[in-house]
Amino acid sequence: MQRNPQLNSKGELQHLLSIEGLPREVLLQILDTADSFVGVTEREVKKVPLLRGKSVFNLFFEPSTRTRTTFEIAAKRLSADVINLNIALSSATKGESLLDTVANLSAMQADIFVVRHASSGAPFLIARHVKPHEHVVNAGDGRHAHPTQGLLDLFTIRHYKKDFTGLTIGIVGDVLHSRVARSLIHGLTTLGAPDVRVIAPQTLLPAGVEALGVRVFHDMRAGLKDCDVVVMLRLQNERMRGALLPSAQEFFKHYGLTGDKLSLARKDAIVMHPGPMNRGVEIDSSVADGPHSVILPQVTFGIAVRMAVMSIVAGN
Amino acid sequence: MRLHIKNGRVVDPASGRDGIGDVFIAEGKISEESAKADRVIDAQGLVVAPGFIDLSARLREPGLEYKATLESEMDAAVAGGVTSLACPPDTDPPLDEPGLVDMLRRRAKALARARVYPIGALTVKLKGEALTEMGQLTDAGCVAFSQANVPLADTQVLWRALQYAATFGYRVWLRVEDAWLAKGGVAHDGEVATRLGLPGIPAFAETIALATLLELVRATGAQVHVCRLSTAGAVALMRKARQDGLPVTCDAAIHHLHLCEMDLGYFDPLCRLQPPLRSQRDRDALAQGLAHGAIDCLVSDHTPVDEDGKHLPFAEAEPGATGLELLLPLALKWGAAQKLPLAATLARITCEPARILGAASGRIAPGAPADLAIFDPQAPVRVSAEMLKSQGKNTPFLGHEVAGSVRYTLVAGNVVYEA
Repeated sequence: MQRNPQLNSKGELQHLLSIEGLPREVLLQILDTADSFVGVTEREVKKVPLLRGKSVFNLFFEPSTRTRTTFEIAAKRLSADVINLNIALSSATKGESLLDTVANLSAMQADIFVVRHASSGAPFLIARHVKPHEHVVNAGDGRHAHPTQGLLDLFTIRHYKKDFTGLTIGIVGDVLHSRVARSLIHGLTTLGAPDVRVIAPQTLLPAGVEALGVRVFHDMRAGLKDCDVVVMLRLQNERMRGALLPSAQEFFKHYGLTGDKLSLARKDAIVMHPGPMNRGVEIDSSVADGPHSVILPQVTFGIAVRMAVMSIVAGN
Repeated sequence: MRLHIKNGRVVDPASGRDGIGDVFIAEGKISEESAKADRVIDAQGLVVAPGFIDLSARLREPGLEYKATLESEMDAAVAGGVTSLACPPDTDPPLDEPGLVDMLRRRAKALARARVYPIGALTVKLKGEALTEMGQLTDAGCVAFSQANVPLADTQVLWRALQYAATFGYRVWLRVEDAWLAKGGVAHDGEVATRLGLPGIPAFAETIALATLLELVRATGAQVHVCRLSTAGAVALMRKARQDGLPVTCDAAIHHLHLCEMDLGYFDPLCRLQPPLRSQRDRDALAQGLAHGAIDCLVSDHTPVDEDGKHLPFAEAEPGATGLELLLPLALKWGAAQKLPLAATLARITCEPARILGAASGRIAPGAPADLAIFDPQAPVRVSAEMLKSQGKNTPFLGHEVAGSVRYTLVAGNVVYEA
């Protein structure tokens, strides 16, 4: 096996490509740094000069509003210059290759590339070809990983639950296509969460998912029993009909989070969702807007976590 | 031209001969006479074996010359000791017309290196709809018919194709993969694909297609060679089919004997292969199946890909690996791991594929074509882009240290390669 391409020779974070394979200390360093940035985002002058003079290129080969925006805000709060490139609409459609696009932007003196791509592993390819002083942050690649989302989920869980070592976490829905689920699972197992469950029909679970260190439940009620944290995954429109699922209604019947099902979890359980939500498909509005929901704080924490990631990689 | 090869360790898997001795060549054939030679090759310390026969090597002509040319790949073949190779029909256009086959054979012959055996397309444009003119393609020089890596989803077309081929005794070579189950997949549907978030191809995509094919062989009596098995389940099915007396043979590719899904590492596009690298259990079953006779022979599945085709995210990268020059060292590595005598190892790349091809070569016997590979089985070789003669530098073995280096390659009594 090759050396973990995310770490430099000193074992520090050079790129953030995946939570898998990151040592516990690196994860905690990111979470602790993010903690210190939460204060910044609440101040009147929401800026620190850590990345002054640096350029952050948001390279989105796949459309995104929320993730791109929170990266942009995070970079600006670190005083970086931010350039947004919506490549789904430009070079790629003109036939320019991924590496050519990156080489051209690199010639414009980039410091950090924030990359989203529909193909699993694309940020690894880019990281192999950038200059030594450049950093790559994965903002979601195919079904593989969405490490900053995973980290903000970990941050949120730690914020409300303080510690991972006694927790039961249920992850519900389309695990097969979910980079969010994979990143969160790796983070939770690395930080010592003892009981991570995935709750889904067979059609939405990848082969041998147990090898990631999770327990599989098909019955949502059994899976939610005594959960401290419930993470609902987004179900994309195109999966709602066809051979994976018969209909959105039927999915909601079996795997939609209602107040009734949530009552099986612990009384102080928190409910999370990476967004964007499909109300009435994955989650009932009364739960999404209810007292257990921490869905909006997740978004706020997401900025602090992305500030932490960018400031750490740029400093290494 | 008369040649005398002396002092070498002569290994002829077909007869079981293995010992120091002489080989004489006259008029392009192995000869018994020791008449005065025009050239003497001293093979002291080297193995003298039949030239290797590779049942799957892409030369990329016509149409895909940016990936490789006939000239570059024929150089690679003889540098690897390969004296005969069968090339699949997935060129551009595919080998579905006698004129294309004729042209390929003429161009190959003019280069005077390895012998080229074209495999014709089984269906027009490999589309899996209409049968090609197999009779005319056979006259033009096709030795068998295949779909290369293009799946034949319509089982009725497959049935008819086998019936037609069986009528005239044409051989059909097929890779087995259920087109629907494999749809969109790029890696073995298992632990690694799950971790990397890559769409999977389940092992049963292969066994289901093989079970279907074997039933059709039973029904039609067609002579079928199954190409590039990748799963333990398929090895078991083939073993059973042979016991039942079905007229089927099969091969495996060098990569699948030595690598598995774990080798994908962090999305290494050089490990993007068709069929995909599977589990360790599958890899071990293939290695043992080849040793114990369930699998007949070993192929390089040589597929040169240009750099642009591999400088892509894993799923978008073009599948395939260059292999002609690694056939010998990887066969030797497998044979050593299985503790086989050298003759038994070499049988899988000489007399066994010759039998499937229906070729007179692949043996060192008086009257047989003087196609020989003379090599040092111990010489270390570090696999690098520079050492590969093939235009395709794409192999997962880059940087690996292997043993087995070809010193001379002879085709029809002519020295076509000399290190």
